[in-house]
Amino acid sequence: MAKLDAKIPNGPLAQKWTNHKNSLKLVSPANKKKMDIIMVGTGVAGAAAAASLGQMGYNVKVFCFQDSPRRAHSVAAQGGINATKNYRNDNDSVYRLFYDMIKGGDFRAREANVYRAAEVSSSIIDQLTAQGVPFAREYGGNLTTRSFGGVQVSRTFYAQGQTGQQVLLGSYSALKRQAAKGSVTMYERRQMLEIVTIDGKARGIICRNLVTGEMERHSAHAVVMATGGYGTIYFLSTLAVNSSGEAAYAAYKKGAFFANPSFIQIHPSCIPQLNEYQSKLTLMSESLRNDGRVWAPKAQGDKRKPNEIPVEERDYYLERRYPAFGNLVPRDIASRAAKERCDAGYGVGETGYAVYLDFSDAIKKQGKKVIENKYGNLFDLYEKITGESPYKMPMKIYPAGHYTMGGLWVDYNLMTTIPGLYAIGEANFSDHGANRLGASALMQGSGDGYFVLPITINDYLADEIQTPKISTDLPEFHDAENEAKARIEKLMNINGKTSPLAFHKKLGKIMWDRAGMARNAEGLKKGIEEINQLEDEFYKDLNITGSTDSMNQTLERALRVAASFEIARLIIYDALNRNESCGAHFREEYQTQDGEALRNDEEFSYVSVWEYQGNQKMPNLHKEDLVFEEVKVQQRSYK
Amino acid sequence: MKLTLKVWRQAGPKDKGQFETYQLDNASLDMTFLELMDALNEKLIAEGKDPVAFEHDCREGICGSCAMMVNGRPHGPGQEITTCQLNMKAFKDGETITVEPWRTNSFPVIKDLVVDRSSFEKIMEAGGFVNVEVGSAVDSNTYKVSKARADEAFDAAACIGCGACVAACKNSSAMLFVAAKVSQYALLPQGKTEGVQRAWNMLAKMDELGFGSCSNTGSCEAECPKGVSLSHIARLNREFIKAGFRKAGAEKL
Repeated sequence: MAKLDAKIPNGPLAQKWTNHKNSLKLVSPANKKKMDIIMVGTGVAGAAAAASLGQMGYNVKVFCFQDSPRRAHSVAAQGGINATKNYRNDNDSVYRLFYDMIKGGDFRAREANVYRAAEVSSSIIDQLTAQGVPFAREYGGNLTTRSFGGVQVSRTFYAQGQTGQQVLLGSYSALKRQAAKGSVTMYERRQMLEIVTIDGKARGIICRNLVTGEMERHSAHAVVMATGGYGTIYFLSTLAVNSSGEAAYAAYKKGAFFANPSFIQIHPSCIPQLNEYQSKLTLMSESLRNDGRVWAPKAQGDKRKPNEIPVEERDYYLERRYPAFGNLVPRDIASRAAKERCDAGYGVGETGYAVYLDFSDAIKKQGKKVIENKYGNLFDLYEKITGESPYKMPMKIYPAGHYTMGGLWVDYNLMTTIPGLYAIGEANFSDHGANRLGASALMQGSGDGYFVLPITINDYLADEIQTPKISTDLPEFHDAENEAKARIEKLMNINGKTSPLAFHKKLGKIMWDRAGMARNAEGLKKGIEEINQLEDEFYKDLNITGSTDSMNQTLERALRVAASFEIARLIIYDALNRNESCGAHFREEYQTQDGEALRNDEEFSYVSVWEYQGNQKMPNLHKEDLVFEEVKVQQRSYK
Repeated sequence: MKLTLKVWRQAGPKDKGQFETYQLDNASLDMTFLELMDALNEKLIAEGKDPVAFEHDCREGICGSCAMMVNGRPHGPGQEITTCQLNMKAFKDGETITVEPWRTNSFPVIKDLVVDRSSFEKIMEAGGFVNVEVGSAVDSNTYKVSKARADEAFDAAACIGCGACVAACKNSSAMLFVAAKVSQYALLPQGKTEGVQRAWNMLAKMDELGFGSCSNTGSCEAECPKGVSLSHIARLNREFIKAGFRKAGAEKL
């Protein structure tokens, strides 16, 4: 059994990264030229890392399933990106960002990694600005910031409500620059199916060319997973419909351990489901809670229009319950509070599963122009989908699956338990604990990509300089390709009646009901049975038309859904094991009298790390104990 | 809601392709257009037929994947929306809707409604970046950019690279796509240094890839889902003219 060594450097927290960098091995420019690195995924983390590694002189092979790296789902992040610039002199610092993240994550993240994420945040803004990312500016020409949830300073940089797009395009442009120079080779429209290991080390991947249907073998000295999260496990989520945890799961099956799979963020402000046909839910940025006030009617089942409900008959429940942070409580708390109101019968809209996010006070105070300037494109987006203008009527919002804090377990160098296999951005588990604070996903992804991985990966590659180019004719490649082919054959030969989409919808319903915003042991156990049953049905009744030797989107989806069954079970095993409530993981059995999450530090102050044992088999649990050297672990309070 | 869909079907790049007509009886006003396409594909799969290949991902108008000519217009009827944001309320019961891929030689069809937009990638590689090394950036407030300029740069940078501008243009020109990038950087001090060279290189690549010339009809702007303004083409032209003078000057020397 592999032992978990997080490789956290010694020394005081603020010195760890500096000391560690000084101790890491380097690779000379002449040797870098001889070495290959595979990057799977081109979101903010993957694009930034590939551009950085290409610039350093490595040969980088970059893979994405879209037709262009610019379409990776980081593009949809709206609100902003955090950095400790302290441009506002509001007493912000690396320590404060670090502490906000540790506390926001409900003391379930690794201290050293979080501190480093905060430490590099400032350089990210500089880098992106230099690349021409048009961040919002003050009239005087300087960058401006706004506040985000769970935080009492203003440290979030933004580009209207399209910060993710602009940050991604900044990194994408850096990637294109390296592609033009030849240091990066692009492989678009590829679905990664297998990781290839040789003598225990990651040496390549098998992927399917989505245009020709051909299986491809690609080799490298190291492989990096920048493959994002698995929030589409709920079917309806804020994620792109093709995002899934398929690639990360392939790594898990090959021996990379998976950490905290049940920590899934449910974002509090999404446009509620409008009908049964819906294929995804759209997020309304957390930044809106800077000026929007969340409320529900004080009377149950109040069917009046929001404008007809007088102020004294409205329950601004976040301000009531959490006076210190008010509408800007962290996401997990805001989501649960909305659910509580709706479950108790105070919800609004046709289904009763929505609450109001109201801008009328802000418009009165600041004027329509100012609000339009801050949120114009989000208001337009809302109106396009719902047909209602937030300038006139409050938005209706409800929580939806969003971001996965859990992911591949990595050590301080961002290496998984497979030597030479790294995981960055949302694909790893390390920085957000049990709940991620807003605007820290772009920050962590970019930080990993620009300033962490390109430093730490050299330490591994320095011992590989004698390794010549790896041949893809080796038996390990042959075997991995056959495994992938066999999986596809199996799916193609079922010849049933039901489409992969229909199965995904059913799985999503199970996961939302059993392992969504609130969980309990009984429901989780039932969830496993339901998943197993549905999976059995999947392998009896799946229908994929078309062939494997050309573009086949039904097959692509079927492969993702097949992996989703297995990820779903892993989420439930983890949720069942964690007999406490923390952050986004809320077990109904463990709550305080006023319905807040009841953590159990004595028994569960650890990262749960799972080792694959075969499908439908209970994986092995390893524990990485969380040691807090710097912060005092407290009951989280935003009151 | 009952609808007739006339959809372009093409098995592969070499196939001639043809329209197929499908009846859908269970459409709803609440659907988005892509959800209608999902429903069509579910029906086709149930009948054992090959579903219609089309690109889609974020389904909230930002990734730029979806790309369909709906009733002859890129992204269908409506202003400043992508196909995924197109609502079925824009159509009437009993209507026949024609669905085609982007039609231009620079975006060859891969299958059905899926086209190859890698020519955009090549244009980007010709100069769609600022030459700055990771690690060499100065403090971001070293650059002062007036709010108006920053906002205008953002408006250009909002391009999602979907290709609607090319599909809308009778010349299949990619001028608006190129202009959005050139203009974004030309407006910012970070990108200005190489602005002239960038305009030259990106336009040369655009020509080389077979995109047509701009004749200022403005259909690109009218169909752009992000409302990228024609004024960026004017800025691109200014940059290009400057590049021409400089090149001529350099040749004289």
